[in-house]
Amino acid sequence: MTAPTDTWTVAGRTFSSRLIVGTGKYKTYQENAEAAEAAGAEIVTVAVRRVNLTDPDQPMLVDYVKPDRFTFLPNTAGCFTGEDAVRTLRLAREAGGWDLVKLEVLSDTAHLYPDMIETLRALELLIKDGFQVMVYCTDDVVMAKRLEEAGAAAIMPAAAPIGSGLGIQNRVNIRLIIEQATVPVLVDAGVGTPSDATLAMELGCDAVLMNTAIAGAKDPILMASAMKHAVIAGRQGYLAGRMPRRMYASASSPMAGLI
Amino acid sequence: MRIQVNGEHREVEAATILALVEELGLDVRKVAVERNLEIVPRSLHASTALAEGDRVELVQFVGGG
Repeated sequence: MTAPTDTWTVAGRTFSSRLIVGTGKYKTYQENAEAAEAAGAEIVTVAVRRVNLTDPDQPMLVDYVKPDRFTFLPNTAGCFTGEDAVRTLRLAREAGGWDLVKLEVLSDTAHLYPDMIETLRALELLIKDGFQVMVYCTDDVVMAKRLEEAGAAAIMPAAAPIGSGLGIQNRVNIRLIIEQATVPVLVDAGVGTPSDATLAMELGCDAVLMNTAIAGAKDPILMASAMKHAVIAGRQGYLAGRMPRRMYASASSPMAGLI
Repeated sequence: MRIQVNGEHREVEAATILALVEELGLDVRKVAVERNLEIVPRSLHASTALAEGDRVELVQFVGGG
């Protein structure tokens, strides 16, 4: 049993679920809401986009994934400059009235890795504007420290390219980022399977953020449930402390008393 | 008057932000408004007048990762 006190805190807000889920790529908002419930998520990421003026009656995210049930974490997906990010998140703050946000400033490329120079500049602009910023970043240990020094509320390195489902490509870097950090570290992007999520948690991440791994599964609701258990398993494994690695066998049954 | 809404030119009857949101059939509680690159807080929708040539953005939360 995980003690009920095993919580994590970001920007003064405390959560018990260590699985943050995205709300993109689902077939319907209904399926999306069911997956978020099955994942046991308390935080969901959302994007900010123009309303559809030609069909104002089309379904809206907030009618299914409700802001009184989940903490919305607005992202800056689609922003390529600091100014774009500030503009988008000011609108998000007006739409939802909160200041906890996810910054992602991507490079306009096939791999979608974040542009870290622009991300750091955007972070500084957002902090000046009063935001609490969880920052999507590369798994660069030095850059992660720079983000923290600039005031990031959480460091969120990519495990692999967004939507790739390739799992943690560089666990050494993720571990080094965790060891040096004094703010929460979350693996964001690249998780494909429950075992990937478990591994992230075993490394000592405070939480995991994923979208496609659930939305892109054959049965997203079942996968959401699997991810929930995977994150709990990894967390408990981390807290329990793994056995030492050995080069040679060590018998589990006693040698004494053999017949 | 003629204004730009979400990048499209439009002829509107509305004289205020609130009236515009209603004219477009949107739920005022679910959209955020920017007028000429400045946020218009919900509390000021009714009292913020539109002017010819204004550029208005109306946004909402959608699914995203």
